[in-house]
Amino acid sequence: MPSSPRQQVPWGSNMIIGFADPFDTLLNLQRSLEATLSSDWLQDLTPSRGPFPPINVFQQGDDILAIIELPGVNKDDLQIQAQENSIRIFGKKTIGYPEEASLHRRERVSGEFDRTLSLPVQIEPDGIKAEYRDGILALFLPRAESDKPRTIKIT
Amino acid sequence: MASKQELQVAQKRELERKEETTIPARIFVPSADIYETKDGLNVVLEMPGVDKNSVDIRVEDDVLKVDGKLDFSKYQGLQPLYTEYNVGHFSRSFRLSNKIDQGKIAAELNDGVLSLMLPFAEKAKPRSIQVS
Repeated sequence: MPSSPRQQVPWGSNMIIGFADPFDTLLNLQRSLEATLSSDWLQDLTPSRGPFPPINVFQQGDDILAIIELPGVNKDDLQIQAQENSIRIFGKKTIGYPEEASLHRRERVSGEFDRTLSLPVQIEPDGIKAEYRDGILALFLPRAESDKPRTIKIT
Repeated sequence: MASKQELQVAQKRELERKEETTIPARIFVPSADIYETKDGLNVVLEMPGVDKNSVDIRVEDDVLKVDGKLDFSKYQGLQPLYTEYNVGHFSRSFRLSNKIDQGKIAAELNDGVLSLMLPFAEKAKPRSIQVS
């Protein structure tokens, strides 16, 4: 398979410049998250039915980690489907008010969601791990062996 | 019905404080639902990523203040590639009326959602009066 020129460069190598420990403080983390807000890494590869839930994508070594905010979603109402280069996250978020309750303020949103994240790299679907805790879904997406960068020895 | 509508992402609102904080970081206002039942007020706050040991709820001078601390050490060693939201600690305060029995506030945290039950004081509960 021909590799695209993009894959020859380690990801993010040109995104964080200048500090040794990027997450030394929370402010530095917030700044680096801001710097990649809607970066072109996913290009136009996110076909989705709406932008919910919001997704952050990180590189961890050779692998990819997607962190998704889904507060108030029951684990049983959350489904994940994976392919070699896409992940579908869908389900529903329900908010129940008791009967006879009068609403003073309503800022939380609820309903069904369905979002597909297409990745510009190959992942190993069998190695995907998903963890949902405290309203955060973490998806560990291992990069396929065939897609990992290789060091070539000069003889 | 609302469930047929497309879910929109609510942009996080940054907390505006009268005082400056000493920690140089952004603090966000958690989304809240507030509803009233005959027993009291319910305040529901969304604080994704906050566990129950990192929530601080206090009542002082009739103000209910909720702080949720995010454990951002989990982000160590990660390089952001593409981001859609920012993360940070959460903070929000509400002024309570004297209808609330401030000693009996109960809280529960599930899946990043903090539910506070603020019971009405006995004297504030509606009661029916018998005609004798």
